[in-house]
Amino acid sequence: MTSFQSELTQLRGSILEMMQLTKHQLEKSKEAFLNMDTALSREVIFNEARINAMELSIDRQCENIFALFNPVATDLRFVIAMMKMNSDLERIGDYASGLAGYVLKMKEPFKNEILEAVRMEEMFEIAITMVTEVMEGFRDEDDQMTRRVFQKDEGLNKINSSCAKVISELILKNPEITHNALFLFSATKKLERVGDHIKNIAEDIIFYREAEVLKHRK
Amino acid sequence: MTMHSVNGVPRLEARNLSVHYGEKLVLKNITAQIHAHSVTALIGPSGCGKSTFLRLFNRMNDYIEGFKKEGEVLIDGADIYHKSTKIEELRKTVGMVFQKPNPFPKSIFENVAYGLRIRGVNDKNILGETVERSLKQAALWDEVKDDLKKSALALSGGQQQRLCIARALAVEPSVILMDEPASALDPISTSKIEDLIYQLKSKYTILLVTHNMHQAGRVSDKTGFFYLGDLIEFGDTEQIFTNPKQKQTENYISGRFG
Repeated sequence: MTSFQSELTQLRGSILEMMQLTKHQLEKSKEAFLNMDTALSREVIFNEARINAMELSIDRQCENIFALFNPVATDLRFVIAMMKMNSDLERIGDYASGLAGYVLKMKEPFKNEILEAVRMEEMFEIAITMVTEVMEGFRDEDDQMTRRVFQKDEGLNKINSSCAKVISELILKNPEITHNALFLFSATKKLERVGDHIKNIAEDIIFYREAEVLKHRK
Repeated sequence: MTMHSVNGVPRLEARNLSVHYGEKLVLKNITAQIHAHSVTALIGPSGCGKSTFLRLFNRMNDYIEGFKKEGEVLIDGADIYHKSTKIEELRKTVGMVFQKPNPFPKSIFENVAYGLRIRGVNDKNILGETVERSLKQAALWDEVKDDLKKSALALSGGQQQRLCIARALAVEPSVILMDEPASALDPISTSKIEDLIYQLKSKYTILLVTHNMHQAGRVSDKTGFFYLGDLIEFGDTEQIFTNPKQKQTENYISGRFG
């Protein structure tokens, strides 16, 4: 293996590690959120620093590859894609930590009826499945697996767009839950954004693998 | 028809072109069109036929033992291997710059004036104007304008190469062939030559052989990849370096060859 090849392999490994870490953060964030587990929330917030550090380290790896090896063609697309995926993964990490933060800010547990009405658990599960699929698609170079996330993202968007109506109806019926419901409303928005970032990652993988730009295509 | 052609005729064209050196087939049925005011880079491993292809356009291969050509080589639609072609006239149209600078052991002025002098031009004003214009075009004037009588051999390698370009420009060619013009130069001189190539393309059609992938990327509009006598891929430089269609091209430009 040339030193260039070994740099590319290392970069791939770092991104996979970052994906794994992000997935764990989302999973823990889900547990913390649904069970009002403050200890687990603190762990997620604490681990956010690891993701941030990793983002910087991957950026540095990419910068070095550009400067020292002048990649072209597939290699060039690969490094560009890794840089962009790195930044999307970091944002997903931010959302996981933000969701965990709500648990600490809430003065009382989320009400089950609202959690169920906004389909919070389902949204978490879709988002986690999306991260898993995009990670496996990337790891196994299985583009069919990678492409699965596009449909799932649409599902997340759909749930999210129904939330405003559902929540406003609940508040009208019972104004006391307003505080509780608004936190949940923000939480669903965060999960919807997680889906968008995973979709970006899938688009970047397809771009590097197939030289096809899927972004902003209707 | 493509852009940059005069009345639809490409400036340079190879049609079903094959070349033998004795028994050895060095170019295999090449068809390519090169349009005016563009820079075309020819890349490929040593011995792939790219320099042979370049030299066909000023008939420099004619004297190589066993040289045999099939197919056509055209400039502005005319076959330059037709018996009516005068080689001296052809070389006036097609200038050449080599890998190693090869100034004559004469003054800077005389090097640039040489092409005109052998054509019988002796008018001091014309010679002076042409030398100045050519040295300016080759981005060398400011560095040598006070030393025109000094020996060209005293110049640095990068300056000598620009002098050779000025010498080629003095006879007002329309096509310039460059065979690895910067491979013997340091990065500063290389960058000057590359800037020059970029500026010259508004007036000339440039064909450039280079082993430096990134130079091809930096200066050329089109890139042709040769391998074992075949023109494997020919296309927009941007496309070749971001998304080559042929696996062999990708392997070569990304250094995974062999």
